[in-house]
Amino acid sequence: MDNDLRDLYQDLILDHGKHPRNFHALPNANHEALGHNPLCGDKINLYVTVDAQNVIQDVAFQGSGCAISMASASMMTEMLKGKTAEEAARLFAYLHDACTGKSADKAGLDEDAVDRINALSGVRDYPIRVKCATLAWHTLQAALKNDKKVSTE
Amino acid sequence: MTSLPFPVERYREDFPILAQQIHGHPLAYLDTGASAQKPRAVIEAMTRFMENDYANIHRGVHELSQRATDKYEAVRSVVQNFIKAEHDDEIVFTHGATDAINLVAQTWGRTFLKAGDEIVITALEHHANIVPWQMLREAFGIDLRVVPITPEGEVRVEDVKAALSPKTKLVAFAHVSNVLGTVLPAKEIVALAHEAGALALVDGCQSISHMPVDVRDMDADFFVFSGHKLYGPTGIGVLYGKREILSRMPPWQGGGDMIASVTFAETTYKEPPHRFEAGTPPITEVIGLGAAIDYVSAIGMNNIAQHEKDILAYATEKLSRVDGMRIVGQAKNKSGIISFIMEQAHPHDIGTILDRHGVAIRAGHHCAQPLMEHLGLVATARASFGLYTSREDIDALVAAVEKVEEIFG
Repeated sequence: MDNDLRDLYQDLILDHGKHPRNFHALPNANHEALGHNPLCGDKINLYVTVDAQNVIQDVAFQGSGCAISMASASMMTEMLKGKTAEEAARLFAYLHDACTGKSADKAGLDEDAVDRINALSGVRDYPIRVKCATLAWHTLQAALKNDKKVSTE
Repeated sequence: MTSLPFPVERYREDFPILAQQIHGHPLAYLDTGASAQKPRAVIEAMTRFMENDYANIHRGVHELSQRATDKYEAVRSVVQNFIKAEHDDEIVFTHGATDAINLVAQTWGRTFLKAGDEIVITALEHHANIVPWQMLREAFGIDLRVVPITPEGEVRVEDVKAALSPKTKLVAFAHVSNVLGTVLPAKEIVALAHEAGALALVDGCQSISHMPVDVRDMDADFFVFSGHKLYGPTGIGVLYGKREILSRMPPWQGGGDMIASVTFAETTYKEPPHRFEAGTPPITEVIGLGAAIDYVSAIGMNNIAQHEKDILAYATEKLSRVDGMRIVGQAKNKSGIISFIMEQAHPHDIGTILDRHGVAIRAGHHCAQPLMEHLGLVATARASFGLYTSREDIDALVAAVEKVEEIFG
């Protein structure tokens, strides 16, 4: 395979794309939102349980889309448990910079999360696909703000 | 009848854009259904016009304005002959096919439709042949009825018949599906519409560049198409309408060039087609459209249709052999479009991988979301062909699709 395609479709991405983790509804979620990319039809229903201390206790999703959007959502659910909404926002900022080719500041971020985000950063060479990588995170922001729907068009 | 082989290599040389590498591979442009590439004849005709003859039309007393007007109006006859219309005043220049359908909806529709009237469309329509009618539904309370398609992606005449009623005022349908490639039995559907006392509008966007079109034989009341899918420029489209129907339609947009006389008390309008061409039209684009029609006419629409049929058969056969491949749309009568999905990969991943191998296709819902829902799909990958599509393009497509299998399999 071409090296740049290998950079985009790393094994970690392919694995999460094919076998998404936390792929179910969360009946007791106290935040949820539907993320939609009308351009490609990707859809993510995101469920989040946040406790009184503003810590994310549980997060899960359902939906359909390309390997990038599914892998991004799957990895996001894994890295958010135990994080505060503020930490989640910082991870999103890091992901956004990494995926758009900007120098990203990882100081103070969970190293494991940073590694996973870096695996997604191959999209920086595919501008049209950046939205695939960020859809789950936009949906998370909407869920935490209690917006029911978000569209990335 | 035996025919000479289609000299696709020679025609490819007419399209400067095709001779390039994309990501280190020769470009295989298989997105003609979205927009066709432009032959040098079109590019040069537009340049020549702007360098030598350009001025505003229908206005000036000066030489250039006269020359520009003559050349602009001459294209009306070129279009007339191309689609076999009876009169050149049945050809209205619009900004595109979407603009043309909206013109019919906003003038004919607003004048002749009332609450309870029905418009019949099919399940495979492009958004451009759905939304303008929905806007009328919201404004006037008309009803929209949808003819279903078969699992193969065909529209059966008996299903059209079943959707018709004495309330039907218009049957609006695609000549060729932009997603499935299905060629609809246009002549039969138009005849059924007429039997029911309704008019028929045919969306020719995906047929006009792929087969001979004869609006009189089809007996369509309206026929629309866009220039850019016919190897011409963007920003220009055509509305064909029968003379007696156009003459009863009020103008849509008001402005210059569509009036006979204006006072502050009263304005009288020109006769069709100028009544519908308010403001300065896309003059250079009309010249480009004329050059495009001359170009494809010189090759011969029958020859183009036969070539694309060969390419379609070759591509269908080759793609069918790929593991996990499912071709969406199995109509018996198909034009040069293949939509497909793969078990292993989402259409957008397919599109990205193909692009990195120089193969340009479309991935997504193709502006036909109701059809996608009907098919139970969110998206497909679509390869669409043109007169310049070669077997090498198809080989590149198949090789790249095999890479998808390699990565995702």
